[in-house]
Amino acid sequence: MNTRRASTKAPPPTTYREALREALREALHDERVFLMGEDVGRYGGCFGVSLGLLEEFGPDRIRDTPLSESAFVGAGIGAALGGMRPVVEIMTVNFSLLALDQILNNAATLLHMSGGQLSVPVVIRMTTGAGRQLGAQHSHSLEGWYAHIPGIRVLAPATLDDARHMLAAALADPDPVLIFEHGSLYNAAGVLDPTIEAVDLDSAAVRRPGKDVSVITYGGSLSKAMAAADILSGDGISAEVLDLRALRPLDDATVMESVGRTHRAVVVDEAWRSGSLAAEISARITEQVFYELDAPVQRVCSAEVPIPYARQLEEAALPQPASIVDAVRLAVS
Amino acid sequence: MSTTTARTDERARPAARKGTRKKASTTTAHRATASDHRLSLLRQMLVIRRFEERCVELYSSTKIRGFVHLYIGEEAVAVGVNEALRQEDAVVSTYREHGHALARGVPADAVMAEMYGKVTGCSRGHGGSMHLFDADRRFYGGNAIVAGGLPLAAGLALADRMRGGTRVTCCFFGDGAFAEGEFHETANLAALWRLPLLLVCENNLYAMGTSLAREHAQTNLAMRASSYGMPAWTVDGMDVLAVEAAALQAAESIRAGNGPHFLEAQTYRFRAHSMYDPDRYRAKSEIEQWKERDPLQGLADRMRSEGQLEDRTMEQLEQDVLDVIERAVRSAEDAPAEPVADLLRYVTSEPGNTP
Repeated sequence: MNTRRASTKAPPPTTYREALREALREALHDERVFLMGEDVGRYGGCFGVSLGLLEEFGPDRIRDTPLSESAFVGAGIGAALGGMRPVVEIMTVNFSLLALDQILNNAATLLHMSGGQLSVPVVIRMTTGAGRQLGAQHSHSLEGWYAHIPGIRVLAPATLDDARHMLAAALADPDPVLIFEHGSLYNAAGVLDPTIEAVDLDSAAVRRPGKDVSVITYGGSLSKAMAAADILSGDGISAEVLDLRALRPLDDATVMESVGRTHRAVVVDEAWRSGSLAAEISARITEQVFYELDAPVQRVCSAEVPIPYARQLEEAALPQPASIVDAVRLAVS
Repeated sequence: MSTTTARTDERARPAARKGTRKKASTTTAHRATASDHRLSLLRQMLVIRRFEERCVELYSSTKIRGFVHLYIGEEAVAVGVNEALRQEDAVVSTYREHGHALARGVPADAVMAEMYGKVTGCSRGHGGSMHLFDADRRFYGGNAIVAGGLPLAAGLALADRMRGGTRVTCCFFGDGAFAEGEFHETANLAALWRLPLLLVCENNLYAMGTSLAREHAQTNLAMRASSYGMPAWTVDGMDVLAVEAAALQAAESIRAGNGPHFLEAQTYRFRAHSMYDPDRYRAKSEIEQWKERDPLQGLADRMRSEGQLEDRTMEQLEQDVLDVIERAVRSAEDAPAEPVADLLRYVTSEPGNTP
């Protein structure tokens, strides 16, 4: 997280978790908005995001659900059809598979199947990713699967500002939006940029300008890519770091513009390499700017293994600054 | 909480009737004896029957394609339940939903055009037989995933509950859906939150080709539903008057704030699961036995015996209905196809379509 200071008075530091909570609090001023999910109320959210909102907005609006992912996600979709603006929280992407039928077969398809009659303005938030030694069933990065599906928008806020502002934009979208929050980010602290009041959901962002290589990433891998860029700059390699922000639809223009300038690309994606979002981006680069490339596109992904528990194994399974540095060196060599 | 076992007479009613429901019973009695009301029920069932018989011909002549799941034999459920619903209520349905859509008031023209994949179809040809929708009539499909509509229906009911008012959401599903986790998750959620939800299980004894006894350890579905803490009862699904009476009582209780209700309609489909199904899993004699309880014939016979239906009226009704269906076929034939240029429309909302 970059720490920025306003010219007159320094804004107070905040965390990614607090930024998400503030976004929810603001959204809840619309009477149609309510938060629903496991432990979002009395417990305060299993990652602490909704702490205090029950007291502020009451149990009707901060609604604890049974452990029934399919029912409460489907109920969120139905409530959206019924004129509400539900924000549904699923603890982790792994659990979202229990609601995949509702997300894929209902949320993503109702507008199309109904010939444009039924829009589904539901927002579904969930955590994703590894790095906290939670073992295979709490650590996977499946947002790329969701990015495969037409009819939904998929977001990955990697910064405090995106955590603070993406929700409002998602709620303004008439279609289903999935927001993936990387579990390692909740405690990330910094200062919100006071000049940002809204974000658009269509554009990738250049988080660090550079000229030798484009490092394309999103979510929890952004900080690793930034760390890698720091290391590389010591070697005189200027890496541009792109944060995709929206995984569907992808902002091809920003990616291609960057690769067109740097002529080299490294894609960092915590999902497995096979059939991944990294594969999709690599293919698009090949399709669109092949003749700009001075080197093959490199990919840094997780090892093709269920994410293990033991710290050293988990670290070895995931993209790390060192593996990103290696991939960049290969690309620029 | 009440559960009754299966009944085959039209008096199958919720076991625990309370004084507050007297008004409902009066209304029911009034409706059930009015011959014009019965004629209307007969007509609605006839429209569904003839519509689907025409679909069989159209399918055989390859005018319509895809999976087509016929409702023939089950018409009393859709028509009886719909009588209990109001315009502001919502209906969520399955892939065997032609009857639900027609009973809900979706015009036969729009349903037939959808079967043809035409732009005038109720889903602009994007849905087909299994995905009929009509937002204006709050008809929310058309769900081809068994039990997939149940959570959705709970959500519609939740929205109504949170917005106030007395709207009811009715969700149709089959005995196959009762075996799915989504039914049980939804029943629990709806009962827990006392959602205004009418769960109508159309038990036609077969989940595709698997009989009830081969799919359920306990075949008393109303008893199982009642274990979630909601009133649940069984009704003769071949008797439109019995279905109407039970559905009215349930809907009024739901409107009074008594949370979800479960209604099992014991019914039977005379045709196979879909047009592809060779129907090898059940005895011809069983089908014939159920056909003796044809819901259309049953109501017509009863009206005749009570002097409410003359042959001339019945002939006129048949002719009127045939005209409706033929007009639907003609208009579907003549309608323009949804242009291929519009292939990518309706994947995401179009600009200006803000919620």
